[in-house]
Order: sequence, then C-alpha cells, then structure tokens
Amino acid sequence: MTFVNVKPSEEFEFLNGQGHVLLIACGALAREIVDLIETNRWTAFDVACLPAKWHNTPQFIVPAIRDKIREAKGKYKSIFVLYGDCGTGGLLDKLLEEEGVERIPGPHCYAFFSGNDAFKRREDEDMTSFFLTDYLARHFDKLIWAGMGLDRHPELLPMYFGNYRKIVYIAQTRDEELAKRAMAAARRLGLDYEYRFVGYGELADEMKSRA
Amino acid sequence: MSDEGELDLRSLNDEELTQQVHDDLYDGLKEEVEEAVHILLERGWTPYKVLTEALVEGMRIVGIDFRDGILFVPEVLLAANSMKAGMAILRPLLAETGAPRLGKMVIGTVKGDIHDIGKNLVAMMMEGAGFEVINIGINNPVEKYLDAIAEHQPDILGMSALLTTTMPYMKVVIDTLKEKGMRDDYIVLVGGAPLNEEFAKAVGADAYCRDAAVAVETAKDFMKRKHNLLAASA
Ligand code: B12
Repeated sequence: MTFVNVKPSEEFEFLNGQGHVLLIACGALAREIVDLIETNRWTAFDVACLPAKWHNTPQFIVPAIRDKIREAKGKYKSIFVLYGDCGTGGLLDKLLEEEGVERIPGPHCYAFFSGNDAFKRREDEDMTSFFLTDYLARHFDKLIWAGMGLDRHPELLPMYFGNYRKIVYIAQTRDEELAKRAMAAARRLGLDYEYRFVGYGELADEMKSRA
Repeated sequence: MSDEGELDLRSLNDEELTQQVHDDLYDGLKEEVEEAVHILLERGWTPYKVLTEALVEGMRIVGIDFRDGILFVPEVLLAANSMKAGMAILRPLLAETGAPRLGKMVIGTVKGDIHDIGKNLVAMMMEGAGFEVINIGINNPVEKYLDAIAEHQPDILGMSALLTTTMPYMKVVIDTLKEKGMRDDYIVLVGGAPLNEEFAKAVGADAYCRDAAVAVETAKDFMKRKHNLLAASA
C-alpha cells in the first residue's frame, strides 16, 4: 500500500503573473476562484479582481472591465470574464461582444453557483428568498447590514426586507462557522432560514473548460 | 436647557425655511420636515405650494445627487420617508383645496421581481407632481396590470424591473395590450436601474425614464401631447 504524502512543499500555491489565460472577476468570487485553482493545480490562469462592493452600484462594472480587457489584450492568450450580468442590463454582454471576450453564463452568481437551470426552475418558490453565498455570509455585516445603512438606521429594515420570507444560504463550502453567520443574519433580518449546499456549481465547470 | 445645534424653525423666514426643508429632506430628518410643513401651512401657504416648493423640490435635489453617486440607497430611503411623512400631512388638505390633477397612473413591479424602492419613489414623486397614482405593488403578472387598468382607467401604465431576468416581462405585458387592441389607449413608461432607452424601444414602451424626476417630466410631456391631440380631433 502506498501513501500519498502531501507535504507543505508539495501544496500548490496560486501565484499571479504566470498564467496565459486572464480571468477578470468580481472580488466576491476571489476566494472561490483561488481555491479552485489550487485544488485542481491549474497553471493556466492569472486573476484580476474588481471591487466586490460594486455589487450595489453596477454602473461602475462595465467601464472597469473594459479597461482591464484593453490593458490585458496582447499580454494573454485569452481572457475570460467571471461576472454575471449583475444588473448591467445587458451592457456587459454588449461590451464583451465588441471585445470578443466570453463570460460565464448567468444573470448573477446566485444562479451560476446554484446551476443556471436549477435556479430558474425554483424561481417561483424562491420569489421571496434572499440568497447568501459564502462571501455574503462572511461579509454580511459590512455589505448588507452596513451597506444598506441598517447599522445606522435599523428602522429601514421593513422597507428593504418587508417583502422577504427567508434567507437561503447557498453554501460553496461546508463551513459550520459560516452557516452560523448566515443563521445569525436571518435572525437579524427577522427571516426564516434555509441551508442548501450547492458547491462551486458552474464556476468550477467553466473554469475547468478553460484551464 | 442648551439647544446648541438645534434650530428654531419658526425663526426662519419663508425662503430660509424652504431651504431648510430641502436640507432636512436631504438629511432624512423626518420630524423636522413634518414640523416645517406645519409651519408653512400656518403661514398661509397653500398645501400645493408646500408640496411643490418645499417637498418635491427637495426630493428633486436628492434625486440628482443619487444619480451622480453622491448619495446612496439608504440616504434616498430616509429622504423618501421624510417626504412621505410630509405628504401624509398634505394629502387630505390637497383633496380639500383642489390641487391640479394632471392625470392618472397605474404603477407596479413586474412578475418575478420584488424590488420596490425605486418604483415607490416614482409613485411618490408622480403623486407630488399632481398625478393620481395607483400603486399595485410587486410581482405583478399581466392579469394584475389588466385588472388595475380596467378598474382605474389610467392615462399612464408604469412598469418597474430591477433584475435582468425580469425586465423581459415588460414585453409580455405590452404584447398582451397590443393583442387586445388596447396598447394605444395608454402611455407606457418603464424604468429600473438595468433598463435603458434601447430596451424600452425594443419592448414597445413609450419611454424609458432614468429616474423619478425624468418620469415626472416625461409623464407631463405625454399628457400635454395627449390633450393637444384630443383638442385637435375635437
Ligand atoms: C436595494 C437592492 C436590493 C434590496 C431590495 C429592497 C426593496 N424593497 O426593493 C434587497 C437587499 C432586499 C435586494 C434583494 C435582491 N437583489 Co437587489 N439590489 C438592490 C440595489 C442595491 C439597489 C436597487 C434600488 O433600490 N435602488 C434605489 C432606487 C431609488 O433606484 P432604482 O430602483 O433604480 O429606481 C429609480 C430608477 O430606476 C427609476 N425607476 C425605477 N422603477 C421605475 C418605474 C417606472 C415606471 C419609471 C418611469 C421609472 C422607474 O426611478 C427610480 C427612482 O429614481 C441594486 C443595485 C442597483 N444599484 O441597482 C441591487 C440589484 C438590483 N439586486 C440584485 C439581486 C441579484 C438581488 C437578489 C437576487 C440578491 C440576493 N442575494 O438574493 C435579491 C432579489 C430576490 C428576489 N426574489 O427578487 C442584482 C440584480 C442582478 C441582475 N442580473 O439582474 C442587483 C443589480 C445587484 C447586483 N449587482 O447584483 N436588492
């Protein structure tokens, strides 16, 4: 019987600046992307992330991606964008078509983590669900609670979440600490809580096909 | 008692007080806005003048700074809350004093979408501008729009969507109106952050409105045209 001895020296550490495929990604996906690269020992990629906080102001996303693409062209064999439409109303796709660059399919990360088709099938049932990913569970306080001004003005809560019934934590990793956070977030918003493990979903498939 | 930092609103003249309402709206200070509305009414301002010069104008400024990225959603919500409180005082008085009525609007968020902050803001600003507004809420299938249209006979139909996945539903509603031969009976305005003019044209709406102020101006414009047309054909 042989043992596979994975010593720290044999662990694969992602280093930017060595790949020939540039991934331009939302900062909210950075940890997941790096985890996928390291687990699969992919050497093809470099990663350029844009601020995750633009989630709330999608008008900043398209111009920034345009700049990144123009900067990277010629330096990479190919470029791939890891962003949903993210509320750009088709403007991201229009830009990518002009630039001849592809992106991961889907309207937002909740859909491609869940699987775009699976997400669509549950749309009616999830009408009044608010989704948390690992990223949002981790940064709920900053991005949602403070980002929506609820730290300063808790009285706004019904105006934001009055129409919602439950928090659905669509987990990328099995992490009890994060699940606790997601549960606490639901309590704070006064919503029910549901846990669904979805993993990396189509993010993994799309990256694999370009690795 | 030290009232440092506290301003006695009554000590201000009309112009200063109006300016102060604009500032208090901007800062989302609901009680101050309510108090100022009462004071202006006591001074003999008509409810309509208080509404337009103090509240609507103040909210217009908030809208500009939101558009320019100086204010964000929480500030807009607080300002909207303050304006709502001021309007609650004025609404019964406006009905009594017969403020101008520019037209009627049915507005709602489309099926599959429960974002409503922007839609509610548009509803409020339209009401402030003198439109009667029937707000049919969120997640509206085409039947709900049709029912509301049949019941209220509006001049304008407004649809809101904030999700890329729900905006195409506007076409479903407009196509249904076409099938029923009703499309040209109504002015259809659409809005929501991910929309744009091109999209509005593609789905067959009359106009896309970037924000509540544009919605008001566009609605007024279309109403004027409608009246001119009616007058010409009379
Ligand atoms: C606030 C917000 C929320 C709040 C909604 C609270 C509420 N009661 O509405 C909360 C936090 C609950 C929320 C939930 C979700 N959201 Co949200 N949300 C936003 C955010 C940050 C701002 C929207 C807003 O209220 N703006 C303020 C108002 C004043 O502006 P407005 O809506 O644009 O309206 C103005 C104009 O557009 C116009 N207008 C609007 N409607 C109409 C109608 C007519 C007739 C006219 C003339 C004009 C007009 O006038 C308005 C006033 O000036 C946007 C990002 C963005 N900046 O757009 C994301 C955003 C829309 N949300 C998004 C998503 C994905 C979601 C969720 C799925 C997220 C989740 N984790 O589950 C859920 C939705 C679930 C569901 N079942 O629907 C995405 C959509 C992505 C996409 N591909 O479509 C966005 C773009 C964020 C992102 N970048 O990912 N959201």
